[in-house]
This record gives sequence, C-alpha cells and structure tokens, in this order.
Amino acid sequence: MNDALGDPQSVLVLGGTSEIALATVRALPRNRLKRVVLAGRPSPARDAAIAALTGAGIQGVSAIDFEAKNTAEHAVLIDQVFDVGDIDIVLLAFGILGSQDEGEANPDLAVEVATTNYTGAVSVGLRVAARLKGQGHGSLVVFSSVAGDRARRSNFIYGSTKAGLDAFAQGLGDALHGSGANVLVVRPGMVRTKMTTGMPEAPMTTDPEVVAKIVVAGLRKGKNTVYAPGPLRYVMTALKALPRPVFRRLPQ
Amino acid sequence: MMSSKSPLRLGAGEQLLTGWGRTRPSLAKVMPVSTVEQVQQCIKAAGPRGVLARGLGRSYGDAAQSGGASVLDLTAMSTIALNASTGSVRVGAGASIHDLLLATVPAGFFVPVTAGTRMVTVGGAIAADIHGKNHHVEGSFGNHVSEIQLVDGRGEPQSLTPDDPQTRERFWATVGGMGLTGVMTEATFQMLPITSSMMSVDTERCSDLDDVMTRMIERDSQYRYSVAWIDSVSATGRGILTRGDHAAVDQLPAAKRAAALDYGPKALASAPGLIPGGLLNKFTVRAFNEAWFRKAPKREQGALQPISEFFHPLDFVQDWNRVYGPGGFVQYQFVVPDEASEVIGAALRKLQSVGAPSFLTVLKRFGAANPAPLSFPQSGWTLAADVPAGIPGLAVALDELDELVANSGGRLYLAKDSRQSPEMFVRTYPLLTQWQRTRDQMDPKSIFKSDLARRLSL
Repeated sequence: MNDALGDPQSVLVLGGTSEIALATVRALPRNRLKRVVLAGRPSPARDAAIAALTGAGIQGVSAIDFEAKNTAEHAVLIDQVFDVGDIDIVLLAFGILGSQDEGEANPDLAVEVATTNYTGAVSVGLRVAARLKGQGHGSLVVFSSVAGDRARRSNFIYGSTKAGLDAFAQGLGDALHGSGANVLVVRPGMVRTKMTTGMPEAPMTTDPEVVAKIVVAGLRKGKNTVYAPGPLRYVMTALKALPRPVFRRLPQ
Repeated sequence: MMSSKSPLRLGAGEQLLTGWGRTRPSLAKVMPVSTVEQVQQCIKAAGPRGVLARGLGRSYGDAAQSGGASVLDLTAMSTIALNASTGSVRVGAGASIHDLLLATVPAGFFVPVTAGTRMVTVGGAIAADIHGKNHHVEGSFGNHVSEIQLVDGRGEPQSLTPDDPQTRERFWATVGGMGLTGVMTEATFQMLPITSSMMSVDTERCSDLDDVMTRMIERDSQYRYSVAWIDSVSATGRGILTRGDHAAVDQLPAAKRAAALDYGPKALASAPGLIPGGLLNKFTVRAFNEAWFRKAPKREQGALQPISEFFHPLDFVQDWNRVYGPGGFVQYQFVVPDEASEVIGAALRKLQSVGAPSFLTVLKRFGAANPAPLSFPQSGWTLAADVPAGIPGLAVALDELDELVANSGGRLYLAKDSRQSPEMFVRTYPLLTQWQRTRDQMDPKSIFKSDLARRLSL
C-alpha cells in the first residue's frame, strides 16, 4: 500500500535492467519500500542491477525471469508477482531501439522491435492493469518516447512502436479512471543511456536521473502524462503542428 | 457467441473509498447489509481480497477501506433498545452516536464515551476503542461495553462478553481490533444518567504549554470532562482549557427546567466542495488561531453549553475535512507516558519546523489503559494535530517524531494513522502477537482485511 504521503511499499520493474527505470527506483521515497521485483532476462546486467539497488540501501530487491516477446508466459508471471502481495508501482520500461536502416533492409528485425515494444507491452500492460484494478489501487508507469509523438524518417520503426504504445497506455489510463489504479505516460526525449551510446546528441538530451525525478513528481501529483525534460512538451506541440513537407525537411 | 466481461470495467457497487483524511483512495465493492444472515452470507462468499465492515468513514487513514474487498455497509442495522430502568442499551452496530443521542438524551441518558464527532457508528467506536474528554476518569468506549454480537471469519455468530472466561480474550481483541476479528452486528453498553442536556463548563485561557499542562495535572481529576486546545502556530504553545460536567437540572435557569432534556443538534454550515490546495496555510491558520484564542473568555466558570457545542465542535461544519484541499490531510495523534511529557512540546516544535499549519490541535490526559491489546489510550498525555498531506518534508519529519514517541514508550492511534511504518507499529504495540493469536482463532482464513492491515502487515 502507498501510504497517505505517497510513499510506496512495493515496486515491479518490467525491463529490470532499464537504466531509466532503475534510476526511478532509486529516486522513489524509500522510507516504506520493502519489495522491488526486477523482471527481465537472466543476465549479468540483471545481477548487477540487484547488487546496485541493494548497495544503494534499498531493501527486498529480487529478480524474476521475463521476456517481453514471450507473451504466452506473461499471465503466469504477473500472477506470480501479485500473488505475493500488492504492488504499488509498476514500471513498464522494456524496449529496444533497433536500427532503422537494418530494419528497412531486413523487416524481420523491424518486427522484433514492434513485438517487443508494442505487442509485449499490450500483453503485459493489460494483465498488470487487471491486477491493479483488482487490488483497488496502484500506478502503472509506461515509458513512451517523444519519438512516438511524431514519426521521423530516421527512426519511424522505433517511433511507430512508441506511438502505438503511447496510444495504448493513454487508453488504458482512461479505462482505469475511477478504479483507484492509474497510468502515467512518460515521454522522454533523448536520454544518455547504453541504448543511445555513440549516437549524436539531440537538443535537450537528458540523463536517467532527471527523467526519474520527473516520474516520481508525476506519480506524487497523480499526473497522466509527463515529458522529460518538461519543456519538451512545448517543442513537441510545435513539431506536431508542422506540415509534413516542412517536417520532412527538418534535419534528422 | 461467448462474451466475457472486461476485468477493467467497474462492477456493481464498486466505488472508491477513503478515510476522513481523503488521502489514497482504493476501490472496493460496497455491499449494504441489514441482517445478520446477510453478513454471514457475505463472509462465506468472500473473495481473495476479503471482507471489511465500514461505518461512517470517520477514521482518518486507511482503517475503513480495503482495496478489492467487499466492504459491508451496516448503517441499516441501527436499532436502539434502551432499558430506561437500568440505563443499559442494546444497539445495532450501524447506529451512530448521533442516532443514539437523539433517542436517549430526551430520556435522560448520555453515551458513556463520545469522540469529537458524533458521526461514528457504535461498531466503529468499539473497533477503534474511541476515547473522549472523560478518558482520565472513565476510560475508553470498550470499558463500558458488556456484550458484543459478532460474525467471525467462519461466518459463525458469536456473543462476546468481558466477564466470561471463554469469550474474554475475543472480546478484548475486538475492542480496538479495527474490525479485523469479525463483523460486529450489535453491542450492549451502559449509558450515563443525566438530568439536563446542558453542560456546565469552566474555561481558562493559558499563557503557554507549561501553563496548560500544569493546570491539567493539578485539577483534571475534579472534572469528568477535560480537554485543551493548543495554538499550534504560537511560539509558546498557549491554549484554552475547557473542563466540565453535565449540568444538573437545578443549575438551569428556572424557565429552562421544564425542557431540560431537549436536544436538537444542528450542523450550521457545510464546507464548499472545491477548495484550492493552498488556501489553508500558516497565515490563515495563524489568523484563525488568534481569533479562536481571543474568543475564549480569560476565565469563566459554570457556563452552560449545549451537548453538541461542548462535545462535537467538529460537527458544526459538515465535510470540514475538505478545507485541506484535494491533497487531503493526516491527523497525527500519539500518546506518551507522564515521564515523557516533554515530547508534547518537541512535537509541536517539529510540526512548526516543517511549516505544518494545524488549527485543530488538541491535548488531553489519559487515564489507565484497558485490557484490549490494540487499544490506543494508555496513561499519560495525548496530542492530536491535523496536517495537510502535501507539505514537503512531512514524511521524514513525522518519521522522526515517531522515533521520539516510540523511544519514550508511546504509540500512535490506529484510527488516525495513515503513514506509520510496520516496524513502528510492531515496536509500540507490545501485545500485538497476543492479539494476532486471538485474531487467527476468530478468522483462521484471514477474511477480514483492510488497507491499514495490509500496510502494517497486521
């Protein structure tokens, strides 16, 4: 249970090695935190994430095997986690960037991005939502992206999966309205993580810790949507209003 | 074609519930019940999220809500049977103190204990083991109860009395048991005979906290009722001490004696539905407190006041809990033993330091504890203060205050709590394991669940 001051007791991270999600866990108030479940592939990165959170003084960190693409396994997995006890906050943070060029050359690779980022999220998101509504409280945080606000020539495969995910998450939030559970859609711009290592930095590029702070503040205030950094909201509003011939000519 | 209902859609009776502090709503299926058989059916048909009885929702935190559970509304079970020759009354658990006073004051009886609001049910009063201004002489609500009718976790009706060795443990586990030992359906307790519906009240303005406390120590024992309001934003902790007793009919002016037991409480106003969050701040509270302090006479003896004015100031403004805005509020109430009286001043300073404006800060001396393992009152001092939930740094400040309270042998009131840690709770209620053993006998399948129970791993 979250307490009256908004401090959570339990967190589930889907995509348990996501740097942004792990930064979010570290940024949460931890006075009452007693259970953190990292759902992800068994890997040295997952072991390192457990060690890092535990080392940061967070109690009760554990892992569970999760593969976003294996939707047939999601029902059992989600029940397993929720049957132990209520989950106050679920971070849906898995996703792959893929390569636009390789995806165009080999559509199977593009399908993999779509299956992970969108299909996997639909599968696990609906199951999480049903459990949150069943326990009568809780927040689902969906990490979308400004790439989904408007698809660009240079990464529309990834962008379209985030557009789909974003629309799904908004609808899910509306479905849960009045149920005690809620959905927070997070739209970060470019974030300095291993996913973006080696890429040229876009304007307003930020760090996982900044996104984390915005997420925690958004949860506390019960927001539906946050951008990270915040002013990106206005940039994206302007970009979305541009006619396509103009948008197409922007530097990609 | 098969159709299946979406698990995301709201089902019949499902609604969001919060405590009086309006923080952290959770969704539950509210089920009105009007007979013991219906209560039994609901318990036998309980789903995995369990069952909880809810009265009028006046506990401040998460005691009367339970996400995903069936929450039983017993307000229809409100029969009142007064035996005017013995003063004993048998009451449906859903009857409120308000209902009870309307029925019994004209007959010359008053409830043995009332909280600062009369909008609590008898079931709620026993579950929270409420206390009032007379705790220092007459104890809490449970002290006056002679029998509880309850449906246990197997769906079996039980009759519990404190005198029968067979039921004594279960009786006291239910008193203060926050509704987790069963669903109470009826209770019998002793009323206090009165000859008028007026109170005879002595009021004293006190210059600082020491002054308040000294006067309480010196002369509380001479009064049946005593409480002090503290100006939480003043540097000194000045306050107003009001003490009194029921006025005898011959204390009334001759013209009023014929209608001495007339009783007509009114709510004067309702707080507006939408109040912006920042309206209540240290400036507005400072102004309110200044006015409240000045309004009280410097010293007055034997003033006549109606029951509702003396006991139920909270009921004059309906829905007053809305003044704290959409973020809600917490009420911090603790008790510390006499030896640790310095914690009272330390707590006021701590709340001031985070800029927590509180205009309902109340200080009271408790008498001895009763045998209920989870009952809050114990001999010493209790302080209660409202604080808006959104104040930055509040969580940490209250945790530090918890530490101070626990270190001095005190504890927090579960009916007010919405944020203490499970560790704090376990540490400060030493009879918890004894209570849990009895609860497990009464509810072997853990049917009775509240958000408070989940939060504190009760």
